[in-house]
Amino acid sequence: MSELVKRVDLIFGEYSDQKYKTLEKTLKRSNDDIIKDILDSGLKGRGGAGFPTALKWKFTMEQPGDEKYVICNADEGEPGTFKDREILTKVPRKVFAGMAICGKVIGAKKGYMYLRGEYRFLLPSLQVELDAYAEMAKEMDIDFTIEVRMGSGAYICGEESALFESMEGKRGEPRNKPPYPTVSGYLNKPTVINNVETFVNVLMICRIGPVQYKKLGTRDSRGSKVFSVSGDTPIAGIYELELGMPLEKFVDEFGDGDTKAVQVGGASGFCVPRKKFKDTIIGFEGVPTGGSMMIFNSSRSMYNVLHNYLEFFEEESCGQCTPCRVGCQQLRKGIEAVKRGDKPITYLEQLMKLSETMKITAKCGLGQSVANSFSSIVTNFKEEMIY
Amino acid sequence: MTNQINLKIDGIDLTVDEGTTILSAARKANIQVPTLCYHEDLCVAGNCRVCVVEQKGTKNLVPSCAMPVSEGMDILTNTGKVRLARKHIVELLLSEHNADCTKCYKNGNCELQQLASEMLTGEPMFLDLVPDKKYTIDMFNTAIVKDDSRCIRCQRCVRTCEELQSVSALDVAYRGHTMKISTFFEHPLFEVVCTNCGQCVNRCPTGALIEKNYIDKVWDAIYDPNKHVVVQTAPAVRIALGEALGMPPGKIVTGKMVAALKRLGFDSVLDTDFTADLTIIEEGHELLSRLKRVLVDKDTTVALPMATSCSPGWIKFIEHTFPEMLPNLSTCKSPQQMFGALAKTYYAQKRGLDPKNIVSISIMPCTAKKFEANRQEMRSSGYTDVDYVLTTRELGIMIRQAGLDFESLPEEHTDSFMGASTGAAVIFGTTGGVMEAALRTAYEIVTGREVPFEGLNITPVRGTEGEVREASILIKKTLPEWSFLEGVELKCAVANGLAYAKKVMQDVKSGKANYHFIEIMACPGGCLGGGGQPIPTNLEIRTKRKEAIYSEDMGMPIRKSHENPEIAEIYQEFLGKPLGHKSHELLHTHYTPRKRY
Repeated sequence: MSELVKRVDLIFGEYSDQKYKTLEKTLKRSNDDIIKDILDSGLKGRGGAGFPTALKWKFTMEQPGDEKYVICNADEGEPGTFKDREILTKVPRKVFAGMAICGKVIGAKKGYMYLRGEYRFLLPSLQVELDAYAEMAKEMDIDFTIEVRMGSGAYICGEESALFESMEGKRGEPRNKPPYPTVSGYLNKPTVINNVETFVNVLMICRIGPVQYKKLGTRDSRGSKVFSVSGDTPIAGIYELELGMPLEKFVDEFGDGDTKAVQVGGASGFCVPRKKFKDTIIGFEGVPTGGSMMIFNSSRSMYNVLHNYLEFFEEESCGQCTPCRVGCQQLRKGIEAVKRGDKPITYLEQLMKLSETMKITAKCGLGQSVANSFSSIVTNFKEEMIY
Repeated sequence: MTNQINLKIDGIDLTVDEGTTILSAARKANIQVPTLCYHEDLCVAGNCRVCVVEQKGTKNLVPSCAMPVSEGMDILTNTGKVRLARKHIVELLLSEHNADCTKCYKNGNCELQQLASEMLTGEPMFLDLVPDKKYTIDMFNTAIVKDDSRCIRCQRCVRTCEELQSVSALDVAYRGHTMKISTFFEHPLFEVVCTNCGQCVNRCPTGALIEKNYIDKVWDAIYDPNKHVVVQTAPAVRIALGEALGMPPGKIVTGKMVAALKRLGFDSVLDTDFTADLTIIEEGHELLSRLKRVLVDKDTTVALPMATSCSPGWIKFIEHTFPEMLPNLSTCKSPQQMFGALAKTYYAQKRGLDPKNIVSISIMPCTAKKFEANRQEMRSSGYTDVDYVLTTRELGIMIRQAGLDFESLPEEHTDSFMGASTGAAVIFGTTGGVMEAALRTAYEIVTGREVPFEGLNITPVRGTEGEVREASILIKKTLPEWSFLEGVELKCAVANGLAYAKKVMQDVKSGKANYHFIEIMACPGGCLGGGGQPIPTNLEIRTKRKEAIYSEDMGMPIRKSHENPEIAEIYQEFLGKPLGHKSHELLHTHYTPRKRY
């Protein structure tokens, strides 16, 4: 790899020589100190939405009651992302340590990892690591247990409130918000739910301190990020890179020389065309991503790409709210009708307005984010939609 | 005191309790926000998104039904953004919906149709998705028809079935574009735990869940010169029928209803009230006999508490859910079925008619009665005891079809015999009514005196929604033959809505509750809130119906079942004595355990 893109090994870096050393050290600190460190580090959630992790923990910490939960969202379902799988394969201990820190801070005794149904093959190795954690927790007298719960393959169950429903044995459908998970999450108790990578980041902040951590990234996007690079690239794979780089740099590094567009953030993310590579920052100030980077070269039909995403949403919508359930069907059938010539080109405008309605009226992030890929692909590749 | 929250809706300053939703705050200020999935009786779902409003400073629109107010909120309910979003949502619903309104049973009483007409949807904005959908219509059931092509997936039915009835026969299946409301393994309704209570029908905003209607069959019977068509009307019909014909809730329309039925061409207009009174006599004696066998004979095979058996939704529920407790059910048929059995025996004899030429129709506030009438065991007259059951709604339609100006009809009286009524029978229509009527009679049988409550109003057993009512009555100074009941404190419980029925039965089963007599009605509020009553329904409407029932009771010259003159007559001429041989043959039944799925 060239020096164009800075590689980092914060997340995948080796374990400290002594098992759970950072955890042991951190548990001796005060909750306020830990929260202050995370706040200073500027860490934002790595699932894609980018909510400041410190605030989420603080809100939950401040909730009354002693029944609270820590949940690690390992339902990695966004098309084009496979980085949590790698984290859970290579450094699961860091994830569990991050969860235990969270448990201490918010006052939870129970943590769960909600593991994507398709990742069942990870279970044996995770269980070995979990048993080691449990033994360590017993020795160190840490009152925080961790258990793995399996998902069953629904994309929507990666949405936090649908995930709670699923864990409670119900149909995975998003809840109305408010109340937010910090107030009423799993079993209607205050809950911190974070992405796998977020927990590792917290652990690393606790290990190296916020000052060191902040050296990575930009003002709005601190730290490193694990990217899942796929598509038309000679070097597809998992890369831990600094956040906040221009997309151009990324394409120079990973593209095949003929890159037409990059879908940043998976099917629910944004499609950036070549002409905008230069001015697009990968990060919360530009296009945020949960890790998925899909590269398309000129041989790809963006109509097919969009059609594929829409089919995905059409099936993966839970179906409870109107804009998402029916909207996804209308968008998919709508672009088909325009392509066939059954609907005039102006119908695309109608569909753009519909996607905007979905964005502002859908019940959860799924329906709200369909417009991201829809409008960015239709706007930037309109001729491909028509001809 | 709850905290007060100040907010602004459409420029109007409001102060409301903390926890109020934007929707209820808006309604308080007389600002109408359209809704579809929202229903006052149910928990908030927030899934149709029709009620979205704009909150200043927030990018996305917020669902007013689900969003609680917060201090300083500035809400706009009528902006361009809101209007377009709502129109889009209604258009989306219509694109998935079989909008062939003229062929729909709910035409004219459909919330989606109403909303579409307000929005002036006109030419469809989006593609018609219906042709590609494989919608199914479940019409195998005798009581309820489920037409998925009319469904807008608001899940009111799902919430009704789970929250109010704890049955959960209906639930969501599949997801995304194939998501639908379905049953266990998509079996037809008649094969699953559905009790046919019809509460879902009462709350379905469209024509996706409707009663199976038998209107044309009834017209055919009326027009057939060889048939003698008798009609019975349940107590709760007469206080709600007006609503189906444009009158406000809570109007007592007994006389007009009778006049209308006569004009529709029924040969004899009779009254379920008569057999309600008969039920009291039979059930009262059954209770006393069970008490005697337990207290005097020490018979351990007799099940107590005894539970009422008038409500067919409740019967099917206990058959599915507590099959081991079927011995607790009174063996008395419901008033409808007692009436049916007598119509083709006693009535036929007395009128000199061949029972095979009698068509027995009942007008009920209920959809489960349709199922009940079709039970195999309901043929003790040698014929189908009740041929067709119509809901209050169907009678309303027939009256409109006949072109009758209902409000201007004179007040007329039911025919005799089997047409006489008492106040005790009238209150069968509300929760607690059967209990009260039974106590009015049983107490008097045992003590020779009236129940010790002013004006015969046994208010402690008058149930309310959302609770199990418990009461006890001390029996003192009995007549000599009932001396074994001296000093016994008769413990009663009254429950309405199957969620509460379940609770009572669980308490009984676990031994936590120690009742003698339980009245259970499947529907919230009792029959007045039945699944066959006019739509819409809510607590306010049901309360008005309830007031009407009690005022009807108070206005009756006779208010005790055993004083109904026709009751004395039928025992003398036909039945012999309560729980006698003929009674057992015609008026009592048995139950069938059913599977719990």
